[in-house]
Amino acid sequence: MLTYIIRRILYAIPIVIGVNLLTAVLFFYVNTPDDMARKILGEKNVTATQVENWKRDHGYNLPVFFNGAEEGAAKISETIFFRKSLPLLWLDFGRSDRNNIDIGGEIKTRMFPSLAISLPIFTCALVLDLFLAMMLAYYRGTYLDIWGVVLAVVLMSVSTLFYIIGGQYLLGKVLKLFPISGFDTGIDSIKFLVLPVVIGVLSSLGVGVRFYRTVFLEEINRDYVRTARAKGLGEGAVLFKHALKNAMIPILTNVVVSIPFLFYGSLIMERFFAIPGLGSFTIDAIQAQDFAIVRSMVYLGSILYIIGLILTDISYTLVDPRVRFE
Amino acid sequence: MIYNYRSVILVTLLNSLRKYAGGGTIIKSPSVPLGGVLLGIFLVLFSGGCTPNDPYRASEAGANTFYSTFFEPPKHLDPARAYSSEEYDFLAQIYEPPLQYHYLKRPYELIPTTIEEVPSPIYYDKNGKRLTPDSAPGKVAKAVYEIKVRKGVLYQDHPAFAKGPDGSPLYMNLTPTDLKGIDGVNGFKVKGTRELKSDDYILEIMRLADPEIESPVLPIFEKYILGLREYSEALRGDLDGIRKERRAKAGVSYNQEADEKENPIILDYQKHTLPGVERVDDHTFRIILKTKYPQFVYWLAMPFFSPVPEEARLFYKQGLLAKKNITIDRFPVGTGPYMMETFNPNMEIILSRNPNFHYEEYPKAGEDGDADKGLLKDGGGRLPFAEKLVFKLEQEVIPRWNKFLQGYYDNSGITSDSFDQAVSFSSAGEAELTDAMKERGITLQTSVRPSIYYTGFNMDDDAIGGYSPERQKLRQAVSIALDFEEYIEIFNNGRGVPAMSPIPPGIFGHSEGRDGINPYVYDWDSSKNRPVRKSLEYARKLMAEAGYPNGRDKNGRPLVVTFDNPWTGADSTPMINWYIKRMRLLGIQLENRTTDYNRFQEKMLKGNFQIFSWGWNADYPDPENFLFLLIGSNSKVRHQGENVSNYSNPEFDRLFKVMENMDSSPAREKVINEMLAIAQKDSPWVWGHHPVAFGLYHRWMSNVKPNSMANNTIKYVRIDPEIRRKLRGEWNSPNLWPLAIIAALLILGSIPAVISVRKKLGRAKR
Repeated sequence: MLTYIIRRILYAIPIVIGVNLLTAVLFFYVNTPDDMARKILGEKNVTATQVENWKRDHGYNLPVFFNGAEEGAAKISETIFFRKSLPLLWLDFGRSDRNNIDIGGEIKTRMFPSLAISLPIFTCALVLDLFLAMMLAYYRGTYLDIWGVVLAVVLMSVSTLFYIIGGQYLLGKVLKLFPISGFDTGIDSIKFLVLPVVIGVLSSLGVGVRFYRTVFLEEINRDYVRTARAKGLGEGAVLFKHALKNAMIPILTNVVVSIPFLFYGSLIMERFFAIPGLGSFTIDAIQAQDFAIVRSMVYLGSILYIIGLILTDISYTLVDPRVRFE
Repeated sequence: MIYNYRSVILVTLLNSLRKYAGGGTIIKSPSVPLGGVLLGIFLVLFSGGCTPNDPYRASEAGANTFYSTFFEPPKHLDPARAYSSEEYDFLAQIYEPPLQYHYLKRPYELIPTTIEEVPSPIYYDKNGKRLTPDSAPGKVAKAVYEIKVRKGVLYQDHPAFAKGPDGSPLYMNLTPTDLKGIDGVNGFKVKGTRELKSDDYILEIMRLADPEIESPVLPIFEKYILGLREYSEALRGDLDGIRKERRAKAGVSYNQEADEKENPIILDYQKHTLPGVERVDDHTFRIILKTKYPQFVYWLAMPFFSPVPEEARLFYKQGLLAKKNITIDRFPVGTGPYMMETFNPNMEIILSRNPNFHYEEYPKAGEDGDADKGLLKDGGGRLPFAEKLVFKLEQEVIPRWNKFLQGYYDNSGITSDSFDQAVSFSSAGEAELTDAMKERGITLQTSVRPSIYYTGFNMDDDAIGGYSPERQKLRQAVSIALDFEEYIEIFNNGRGVPAMSPIPPGIFGHSEGRDGINPYVYDWDSSKNRPVRKSLEYARKLMAEAGYPNGRDKNGRPLVVTFDNPWTGADSTPMINWYIKRMRLLGIQLENRTTDYNRFQEKMLKGNFQIFSWGWNADYPDPENFLFLLIGSNSKVRHQGENVSNYSNPEFDRLFKVMENMDSSPAREKVINEMLAIAQKDSPWVWGHHPVAFGLYHRWMSNVKPNSMANNTIKYVRIDPEIRRKLRGEWNSPNLWPLAIIAALLILGSIPAVISVRKKLGRAKR
C-alpha cells in the first residue's frame, strides 16, 4: 500500500505543477502586474512610479515565465512563476498581495467555520440520502417511490439560493426561530448553524436521493439479494447489511473525494449566513486581483483533490477485498 | 411560562417520535440518542430567552452597544495606507488626526481634536521674509503651519507601551513562547500608555514616505511638503540597498518575501532629514510646505496625519507578530474614543471605549434647526456615549435588511431591493417613510454626498472632442438628451440630484436656484421656480448646427460613438440600453464597449475611448477638489492625473490657479462662477448627478445627523439600550404554531407510508 501511495504522490507532482502553470497563464492573461498594482494601490492618484515600485517590492517586475535577460538557470528562476510557485511546494503560501496577511494563517483560521457547517451538512445529508434512497429502492414501483422521485426532482430543480432566502424568511423572519445570519464560537455557534445545516441538507437531498436510489436499484435486483431473502433475512438486514455493503464502491466514489473539500466551504451559504469561512476567500481574491491568494487556493485545491482520489482508492480496498493496490 | 409550554411541545414531539419508531424496526435503535440530540439542540436554541432569533449573546442584552454592519472587510487600518470609506469607518473611531469636522455645523467647519487650534499658515518668500496671508502664490516660497499639540492626551492602553522593571520595552524581541496562545494585542497581559507628543505626528509624516507602507497620498504630498520627495527617494534607496545586500548574502535561493516575513526591515527614519517637518518641543511641531496650498488644512482632518508612536512602529516590526497577522494594519494604536477589541474582518470588528480618551464634549451649538430636532439636548455631555461598537460582516443585503427590521442592527442604508418597502414619495416629490417603517419608529435621514457621477467625453477625440463651437454644440446636445432626471428616477429610486456643474450642493461654489443652473442644458421656469431641461427639439437644432442634422454628417453617414464602461451589475444592461435609447433620440448611434475593469482603466490611461462613465468622491469639502478634475495639468493621458476627459482650456486653467489659493469669499465665488461658465459651455462632461444617501435609524438612537465629510461621528450618537431591549423582545417573539401544523402535516402525510410498510412487512413474513 505504501508503495502505491508513494507512486501516486509522485504522479501528483507534475499535476500540481501543471495546475500552477495553468493558473499563472490564466491569471496573467486577464490581469497584468500593472493592473494588479493599480487595483491594489487604489483608484485615486496612482502614479506610474508607484506602480513600478509596487511591482518591484512584490516581485512582479520580472517576466512571468522566462527571463531572457538572465543567464543559465536564472532564465527560469528569475521569473514570477518560479519565485512565487517554489515555496508552495513546502506549503509556504506567503503573504497576500493586497493586504500583506499571512495566507497560511488565514486558511487555518477560516477553515474551521467552514467545517462547522460543511461537516454536519455532509454527514446529515449522506445519512438521510442513503436512508431515503434505500426506502425508495425498496418500494420501487409503488406510489411511494414514484412520488419520492417526483419530490426529489422538484427538490433538485430549485436553486440553492431559493432555499437560503426562503429558509431565512420562513424560519428566521416569520417564525423567528433562528438568527437569520451570523456566527459564534463554542456552544453559542449551534443556534447559528441549525438554519444553514437544515437548508444545506434540504437543498442537496434531491440529487443525493436520486443518485443513491439508482445505485441501490442496481444492487437490489442482484442474485445475492434474492438469496439473502430466500434465507429468510428481514428486509432491514437485507438492505443495510447486504445491499448497502455491495453498493459501497459507487457511494465511496461519490463521497470520499468530497471529504477534503469540506475545508473549502461554500461561497453562497457562507455569504448569506455570514459564516467567516473559506468559501469566499478565492473569489474575493480573484476580484481583488490578489495572485498570492489565488495561486495558494488553487494549489491547495489541487492537492486536496489528489488526496481525495487517493483516499477513495484506499477506501475501495476496505469495502471490496477484490480491489488490490497495484 | 415560556419554558413550560416549550417543555410540553418537546415532550409531545419526543413521544410521537418514539411511538413512530416503535412501529417498525428501521429507526428503533437510534431513537434515544436522536431524542437526546434534539433535546440538546432545543435547549441550546431556546434557552437564551424568548427571542431565539437573537444573534447576540444573552449577556449583551441591555448593554450600551452600537450595532452596525460592514459590507467588505477593511484591507488596511494603517492610517498612512488606508484610503477608503470602509476603512475609515473603523479607523476614524480609533485614530485622531489633528483636526476634525464640526459634527453639526454646516457648511463644514474644521475644529481641533488633539491640538490647541486650527493652524493658520505663515507665508515666507524665497528670502525668508514674512508675507501677508493674501500674498500671491507665486511669491510664496514657504508656507509654515505651526501646530501645538494639547497636553495630557493619552494613547489607549497597548502592549507596545508596556515597560519592564528597568524601563525597557517589555514586548520587544518576542519569542514563540512569549506568543503562545496570543492572537491579538489583547492577549498581552501587560499594557501601558503614554502622552501624545509632537514626535508622533512627525513620525506619521515620515511614514507616508516609507516605501514599505505604500501610502496612496505620497505623490500628492511630495508636491507640497518641503523635501518629502527627496526623503522618500532616500528611504527607497535604503530599502533597495538592504534588500540587495540580503539577496547577495543568501544567494540564488533567496526568498525575499519569506525573509522579510521573518526579519522585517526597519528603516532608519532619522538617517535622512526631512526639512518639511520641524520639531519645536514636545508639544509643538511645524509642517512646511513649499508652496501656498490653503486646502492643506483639510488634509489635517484625514487619517494620514494621525499620530503614530514609535513604540508601536517598532513593536509591530517583529517578524513573529507579523506571522500571526498581528500588525499595525489590523491592530491600530490611537488616542481616539474607541480602541480595537476584536478584529475578525471575516466576521466582526468590535471597538470598545478607550478609558484613556481625553475630555471632549458634545457640541453645544449647531446650525439653525438643530435645537428643534433635539440635536443639542446632549450639549456639553462627555463623549463618547456608546460603550462599545459592534460591526458585523454582512455581505448580502437581504439578511442585513431583515436583521435591521428585527432591531438587531441600529442603522441601515436602503438598497434598491428594499427601497419600496422603506420609502415612498409624497405628491410633492418628497421622500418619506412608509407606514410600516413609521410604526416601528424608524427615522429617515438624507444627505447629498460630496460626490459626482458623470458621463465624460474624450476631449482629444476627433469626432466628439475639441473646442470649436460645433463640437461644443454637439456635446451640449448630448447633455440635453441624456436626461438625468429620468436616469435618477429609474436607476436610483430618485436618490440623486441632477448636477449643473462638478460642484455638489453643500460645497462652497455650488449655487442653488436660477443662478446655479447650467444654461446650456436647462431653462429656468419662473412659474414652477425650478429648472426645466431644454427640449429635444432644441437639442436636435444644436445637432444640426454642429453639422449632424438628424445625427448624420454631410455625407449622410450616421454619427457613431463608442461608450466605454466597466459595468457588470444587474442594472448594467438596462443602464446601457437607456444610454443607447437616449442617444438615438438625436440620431446618434451609440456602440457599447463594456470591458472588465482592467481594460477600462487601460483605455482611459491611453485615451482610447470616446464617451465614458466615471465618478469622483471628494477628499475634502472645497471646490478645488472637484474643479481640479478639469485642469489640463491633471490630464489622464498626458499626466496620469484624474482629468479623465483630458479637458484643457487655458482660461479655465488660469482661473483655477487663482481660485485654488483663495479663501472662500465672494471674490472666490466669482472666479468659480467664471470657471463653471467656461466648463458648462465646453461641456467636457454630461454633468450627471450627485448621489443622495438615505439612512434609516431606529427610534432608540439619538443625536443622529448625517455628515458626509466626517467619519468619526459614532462618538456623538446616543443609544437607549432599554428601549431597544424591549422592542427587540416585542418584535421577535417566536411563532411556534406553524411548526405544529408542519409537524401535523408530516405525520398525516407519512401515515400511508407507515401503512404501506406494515403491509409489506406483513406480506414478507407470510
